[in-house]
Amino acid sequence: MKSFHFRPCGNLKERYDEELRIFETDFGRAAAIIGGLLFFSAATLLCGSYIVYIFNIIAISSIGALGLNILVGFTGQISLGHGAFFGVGAYGAAVLATRFGIPFIFAVPAAGFIAAVAGMIFGIPSGRLKGLYLTIATLAGQFIIEYLLVHWESLTQGTMGIILPEPQLFGISVVDDRRFFFVVFVILIIMILMTSHLMRTRYGRAFIAIRDNDRAAEGMGIPVFRYKILSFGISSYYAGCAGALWAYYMTSITAEPFNVGLSVEYIAMVIIGGLGSIAGSVFGAAFIVVLSETLRWLTDTIMSLSIIQGMELTLAAIRELVFGLSIVLFIIFEPRGLAEVWRIVRSNFRLWPFSY
Amino acid sequence: MEFFVQILINGLNIGFLYGLAAMGFVMIFKSSSVLNFAHGELLAFGAFFFLTLVSAAKLPLPVAFMGALALCFALGFVVERIFLRPLIGEPLIYVIMLTVGLASIFKGLMLLVWGGNLYMFPPILPAKLSITFAGITIPPVYLLSTSIGILFLIFFGLFFKYSSQGIYMRSVADNQSAALSLGVHVRRVFALSWAIAALVAGMSGIVLGIINGVNVHDLSSIGLKVFPVVILGGLDSIGGAILGGVIIGLLESFTGGYLSASLKDVVPYMALIVILIIRPYGLFGLVEIERV
Repeated sequence: MKSFHFRPCGNLKERYDEELRIFETDFGRAAAIIGGLLFFSAATLLCGSYIVYIFNIIAISSIGALGLNILVGFTGQISLGHGAFFGVGAYGAAVLATRFGIPFIFAVPAAGFIAAVAGMIFGIPSGRLKGLYLTIATLAGQFIIEYLLVHWESLTQGTMGIILPEPQLFGISVVDDRRFFFVVFVILIIMILMTSHLMRTRYGRAFIAIRDNDRAAEGMGIPVFRYKILSFGISSYYAGCAGALWAYYMTSITAEPFNVGLSVEYIAMVIIGGLGSIAGSVFGAAFIVVLSETLRWLTDTIMSLSIIQGMELTLAAIRELVFGLSIVLFIIFEPRGLAEVWRIVRSNFRLWPFSY
Repeated sequence: MEFFVQILINGLNIGFLYGLAAMGFVMIFKSSSVLNFAHGELLAFGAFFFLTLVSAAKLPLPVAFMGALALCFALGFVVERIFLRPLIGEPLIYVIMLTVGLASIFKGLMLLVWGGNLYMFPPILPAKLSITFAGITIPPVYLLSTSIGILFLIFFGLFFKYSSQGIYMRSVADNQSAALSLGVHVRRVFALSWAIAALVAGMSGIVLGIINGVNVHDLSSIGLKVFPVVILGGLDSIGGAILGGVIIGLLESFTGGYLSASLKDVVPYMALIVILIIRPYGLFGLVEIERV
């Protein structure tokens, strides 16, 4: 093993494999592993089931946000249809599990593949369109998928919804919040590692090249259209897996949650977290989930105090207001998101006391 | 036959309303290249201002109408100044998401102030104005909306053609840096175009509110219906917005009448994808889209 060393005060890398390393220092790796273990044990031993529930939702949203970040943050294609692909994954898992009796461990990746196919189909307009035209095309895709989810009744049972069977993993049922926590966090870690490895391969580099300048990328011999479709596919795969996990966790699904609002929520996660940052996707997901849970808790407390009666509608109103406000404030004041805040904090520690 | 004509008239009318709603959207896009996802909320604000001025402040109708338009104008001005100005030159996704965030804020504000209920206006036009022709009745609001639409189209046509502010706006839309070097106050033009667009949006919101009643969710969903309309007509063509609106309206009402009522809402988006693949610049849009 190499000697331990601290993080240098600047970018002093000399070889490519230093650039490719996932953890820059051995301390970083050790800290991540110890922190992860501490988090796992604390979450399972100390936290109540409501907190674990929030962790689970954060993990599921993080998987979806990671996928969207590959598409928006790394490839530069704006998609307003991510919520629909999430829904395709959820319905894919539900149909596979109820119709074909496919077990949990295969249903989740299979649902991801179904969503990936849907994403690649709705990514086809990206062959001719870019920028805001592509955004509008994905918005149309969102509405069309939403319509299909509600009205393809022979498959999705329309507004009745589908109830999923109990997920089983190696003969153990994963219904309880804590057991689900282990499953979903292991998947999240795998997904994070997959993404960070992806960005170190030629595929990831090609995505970044397309984002930065698509004509230059084409000139360098990257088949832009193929890589864009691939990016749509990968991003929807993540969304589909997240949707499948969500469907199993919620045990019953209808088409209602997979609307434009969900797509917007995912884009908000990616922007608030930080475009083109893997850690940022997790931060953004955590921010949005904690925000909406806090708002729910706040309104519940106010309602139970019964100072003000007739406030049933205000939860939705305040939620909308705060949600919009957080997007707008982040865009105006910190467009690079929480990942940038985190980087600034870290580099302040690193460079202290000679911060310039 | 009667059914056909009734659907035709409904479609034309809905289409005209879509066209009106799209007009404001196109104005914003034309001068500042901002894709405004908060357009439906601007419509709703117009309708709610009018509603409040009519039923709470008990103003006479023309005064209330002018007052609501003035409030919308001010709202557009303020929105541009506070939210859009810092983002000039930023990447597209931030601008788009900012308007999405604005849409959320507006919706939240309206839900807080007016709630999610459906409000109806007191009957504004006497029923005897309706035209009965060969057994088909055209309600007076339809005539009102059509005539207001044509009036605004003519007014803004003249405004863009002859007034100095209109010419400034066109010059900024055409070439921003050239306009800047010729002494056009580009920032003022942006502010003015947002204000005018909010005014037009408010006006169409009022007309929609008179016809369908005022409800936050219904009116803000119109904002998303605008996209097929403007893509069909061309993102930077005001006349195209009206024509696109009429075509999409007809498509919607014929699908609703002859195929199925549930397909009605999604057909415009299917058309949208087809248009985007075949002719992304629409009927009258400027052919400048880059093929990748």
